[in-house]
Amino acid sequence: MSDDKPRDSAVGIGLIYPELLGTYGDRGNAVVLVQRARWRGIPAELVEIAAGDPIPDSLDVYIFGGGEDDPQHMAAEGMRASKANIERAHRGGAVVLAICAGFQLIGHRYVAADESVLEGIGLVDLETRAGSPRLIGEVVVQPTENDVWGELGTPRALTGFENHGGRTTLGPDVTPLGNVLAGGGNGDGSGVEGVLEERIIGTYLHGPVLPRNVELADRILAWVTGGLPSLDATLEQSLRAERLDAGMSKGARKWWRDRMLARG
Amino acid sequence: MSASMRTKLGVAAGRSAGWLSRTITRGQGATISGRVINAIAPDALQELAEGQRVTLVSATNGKTTTTRFLATALAAGGRTVTTNSTGANLASGIAPTLAKAKGPGEAVLEVDERVLPRMVDPLGVELLVLGNLSRDQLDRYGEVHALSETWRETTEAHPELAVIANASDPHVVWAATPAKVTWVALGLGWRSDAATCPQCGALLQWSVDRFDCPSCGFGQPDAPNILDGTDLVLDGTRIALSIALPGSWNRANAALAVAAAAHLGVDPSVAAESLDAVTSVAGRYMSVPLGDGRNARVLLAKNPAGWTEVLQFLHHRDTAVVIAVNARVADGKDPSWLWDVPYELLRGKKTAATGERRLDVAVRLRYADVDYEIEPDPIMAARALPGDEVHIVASYTQFSALYRKHGHGR
Ligand SMILES: [Zn+2]
Repeated sequence: MSDDKPRDSAVGIGLIYPELLGTYGDRGNAVVLVQRARWRGIPAELVEIAAGDPIPDSLDVYIFGGGEDDPQHMAAEGMRASKANIERAHRGGAVVLAICAGFQLIGHRYVAADESVLEGIGLVDLETRAGSPRLIGEVVVQPTENDVWGELGTPRALTGFENHGGRTTLGPDVTPLGNVLAGGGNGDGSGVEGVLEERIIGTYLHGPVLPRNVELADRILAWVTGGLPSLDATLEQSLRAERLDAGMSKGARKWWRDRMLARG
Repeated sequence: MSASMRTKLGVAAGRSAGWLSRTITRGQGATISGRVINAIAPDALQELAEGQRVTLVSATNGKTTTTRFLATALAAGGRTVTTNSTGANLASGIAPTLAKAKGPGEAVLEVDERVLPRMVDPLGVELLVLGNLSRDQLDRYGEVHALSETWRETTEAHPELAVIANASDPHVVWAATPAKVTWVALGLGWRSDAATCPQCGALLQWSVDRFDCPSCGFGQPDAPNILDGTDLVLDGTRIALSIALPGSWNRANAALAVAAAAHLGVDPSVAAESLDAVTSVAGRYMSVPLGDGRNARVLLAKNPAGWTEVLQFLHHRDTAVVIAVNARVADGKDPSWLWDVPYELLRGKKTAATGERRLDVAVRLRYADVDYEIEPDPIMAARALPGDEVHIVASYTQFSALYRKHGHGR
């Protein structure tokens, strides 16, 4: 919560169903939040919610990660069963970070290639349809300028790696996480990536996303704890710079290629 | 032109192409030469396999070592053995291997997991040895489950085929069951790619020593053969596996090989004793001089399951560790697996992050509370680390580069 009252308990970083939603290093996002809190002297603990268990309303951050078909169906079932708890926690100040399959499941539904429908929890007004080809590779995203980022302000360009077949369409009143500078993003032709609402981030960026973008990690922590002492991030910023370079040079090559093709 | 004439021409042309490839590009000559053979003589595989009793060995991890162990054990049992010792495990690598056979005997062939179903018929396979299936390259989506299905289609089409299979891996159990299986329980390892039941999609339940599906009855089969620490219990007889290669994963490879050798009629204790002579397989665990009186040991880790096993091995040793990671196509272009692997096991050791993705590695080590240096070159990194013992753990293309430069007896 963003008042600066001292907390009476450790920040609970919830890794939801890691056996099902842990395909692309999703544990890394939880580890980064826990460590960046602890290194600042803020007690934090990683809480794993095992598949099949109810998701409690007591966590400070809910991380929903990526998963393949069968696991995603099982995860959806559990999330729907605990929908009221997740909503209550979010209303009470908790943060939701949802990636890949998790991003799709915080929306209304996922419509597969055979038109079968997997219901999500509808926390955010968005919907995903299966598409092809799969979007695989480095992504660069310019985050949306928005008040919801809080005192730390809008983070600088984000880097990640995507691997998904989903085409996600945001509802009319929903803000994307940012604009795609290189890569596929939501893949629905809108040129945007992810979703950004108050204390909710959904994205196709893994990498994982928080080790590559510690500015994003710190905004999530600040949403939970209020003001944050600064922390040396030289190493993380060099990784981010290297991946931005890799992503943008690929994006630039694609831009030139498309231009040449357009000219015939 | 007769089929055998075409085969001979094909093999000859293939050898020249292989020589060119080795000379010019330093590539895997066997793979190129096999492509040429297959193009010239489509029936080559079938013809080349004549007179050979063929065993195929496949797995995500350990197939090269298991193949070497089995070939060694059969040779110790007095058999004439042909084997693809360079690790060229596609159809194109298998043909030149068979072409080198000196006469009738045993062919022990490592085969790529994806290629296995296409090899069973043309080679007239006698025995399959199936180790494990886990995610290999993350950017190849949905691979583990799909692979397990293609293997199962093969065993369903060949219910009489003999299989030696790991009873502790759900994907292998699903794949092997329709055939005539001899199960070996190798112990539960990496389970992150087998959360759900291959038969019905329900959540698998894991206990200390077995997995079960609570929904459809699929589960770990009872195995007459069990890997128990450093011993293999084979049909009630305890056999010591004294091997020179390190780690629990190599004991699992040895156990499979001994069970397979026994199936092929070699005395299992003769087979087991022979494995001690295998000290390095295609560069895995090779020793590289650092120029200061010390040697570094090189380990290959291709995927999260492999990395986890290697880290568990290093955790118990007083050693400095170099982590060398690239993310080229052969490594998998997505190194997010770094966060699925418990680098925390290296806490208290001196380490170095190297390779093209050394910054990803360094960030991972930082968040694991592990001391690290950053250095582009793995050998330079190893030199800079203190202590009597240094291990270099390398991803596929980093390992290949080290092997080309420092490997002996290619
Ligand atoms: Zn089942």
